[in-house]
Amino acid sequence: MVNPMLERLWRIAPALSAITILLLLWESYVALSGIAPTTLPAPSRIWAQGVLNWPSLAQNTWPTVQATVLGFMLSLCVAFVLSVVIDFSPALRRALLPVLVISQTLPLIAIAPLVILWFGFGLAPKILLVAFVTFFPMLVAWLKGYEATEPDLEWLLGTMGAGRAAIFRQARLPSALPYFFAGLRISTTYAVVAAIFAEYAGAARGLGIYILSAKNNFRPDLVLAAVGVSAVLTLCLFGLAILAERIAMPWARFREPRR
Amino acid sequence: MTPRLSVSDLAKAYDGLQVLDGLDLEVGKGEFVSLLGPSGAGKSTLFRLLTGGRPDRGTIRLDGAPIAEQTAPFAFMPQRDALMDWRTIIGNASLGLEIAGVPRHEARARVAPLFAEFGLSGFQHHYPAQLSGGMRQRAALLRTIVMDRPMLLLDEPFGALDALTRAGMQRWLAAMWQRHRWTALLITHDVREAILLSDRIYLLSPRPARVVAEIHVPLPRPRSQADLATPEALRIEARLLDTLLDPSQGQIP
Ligand SMILES: Nc1ncnc2c1ncn2[C@@H]1O[C@H](COP(=O)(O)OP(=O)(O)O)[C@@H](O)[C@H]1O
Ligand SMILES: [Mg+2]
Repeated sequence: MVNPMLERLWRIAPALSAITILLLLWESYVALSGIAPTTLPAPSRIWAQGVLNWPSLAQNTWPTVQATVLGFMLSLCVAFVLSVVIDFSPALRRALLPVLVISQTLPLIAIAPLVILWFGFGLAPKILLVAFVTFFPMLVAWLKGYEATEPDLEWLLGTMGAGRAAIFRQARLPSALPYFFAGLRISTTYAVVAAIFAEYAGAARGLGIYILSAKNNFRPDLVLAAVGVSAVLTLCLFGLAILAERIAMPWARFREPRR
Repeated sequence: MTPRLSVSDLAKAYDGLQVLDGLDLEVGKGEFVSLLGPSGAGKSTLFRLLTGGRPDRGTIRLDGAPIAEQTAPFAFMPQRDALMDWRTIIGNASLGLEIAGVPRHEARARVAPLFAEFGLSGFQHHYPAQLSGGMRQRAALLRTIVMDRPMLLLDEPFGALDALTRAGMQRWLAAMWQRHRWTALLITHDVREAILLSDRIYLLSPRPARVVAEIHVPLPRPRSQADLATPEALRIEARLLDTLLDPSQGQIP
């Protein structure tokens, strides 16, 4: 038996090496070319300045985390409720689905300032915008997943005396879980960016505001430090999604390994 | 004596495609009957009509009464095992009882003693993905049996198995039937499987499915694969194959 910790380390080794090499290339380019740090700061400088400015960076990270987490939770609920409604009612499917698709074609750059105009500079508009950006992949994933239910299984449940609701709970919902979690992963990668974008459009504090003011002060190092923080946040969210998937689908470990 | 199941003049079309056209058959109480027919003939469609689908024409009676007046007459096993990936084997096996409103732990307690007979001891808490094809079929059959309905409908239960596993499963099912004498209607396109398991075999024409021959299998029970090599069994097999390959020969005038 191989040590599972070692094995996990071995699996992420290529990704870690690629990132390290990229950072090294970046660092040596900055050192060799003599490019001004106000144009392109080296990774080491970004790190040092990030640490130095940590108190204000952290202060601006918290509102972003709040908007992201609350927005995402709203988004999870909205996606699920909409998916159930659409799955149960063909009429509502025909009515709602086109509207929802059109909603996703609206440019965020136009939506964000409007939502801020309506709901003010507080947390609410950020939550709404994060939910708006992230609910759709999950909704589509749920719907696709429901449709992937094995017809024979629904037939079987029918012969056992199960009604529409029982068939949904026993067959359609669990069949859709793998699809949902695929959608969830996609959505997590949009969430933090959406929150930052919403702050960009108007907020009192937050990573978006921090980036905006760092840019205005000609501090690309601090802009990039904030970008680094947002990347870490996204990775945390992504990791949580994978963890939730493991917990919710204990049977998935036993499926045929596909290589 | 009224037969357990009696189907007469059953017809069904899907978007103009005539799938069943005047199907008649009977299954007696405690009888094992097979439906043998080419793929696409309309065999699964018959099961659909038995389990709540609406026929265009014809009647279905169970113990003499129209099917609509019966509650839960059939225990059905679909063509692929249709086990739930997300339920353990005991969870899958007790599904029918749970749907019928039996509390979960009680349903499981009722199913658990049957695991040994189905060759599934020790696998109660495994997931279907951890089981071999033959074990999955036995689990699916267990799920069907425990519903304790008047009649079993088995739709090609061994169709997806490799030849060796299938032979093992057929032998096992023959032995199980010997003990329990379930009333059963089995769909298959395996001639030897039908001979090994059945009291009677209905041969179906290609779509639209009609009965082209009805063959009694008078081989003594218990049977094993070796009995398929007796002259009587070989004669039946030859007749079945001839009729399947050239349906006009078996046409009932
Ligand atoms: N719900 C349906 N809608 C349209 N066509 C169907 C439907 N169910 C079955 N059919 C058609 O009826 C024919 C017989 O199907 P089936 O009863 O499944 O055959 P088999 O004898 O192989 O079980 C096939 O040609 C199939 O395409
Ligand atoms: Mg079929």
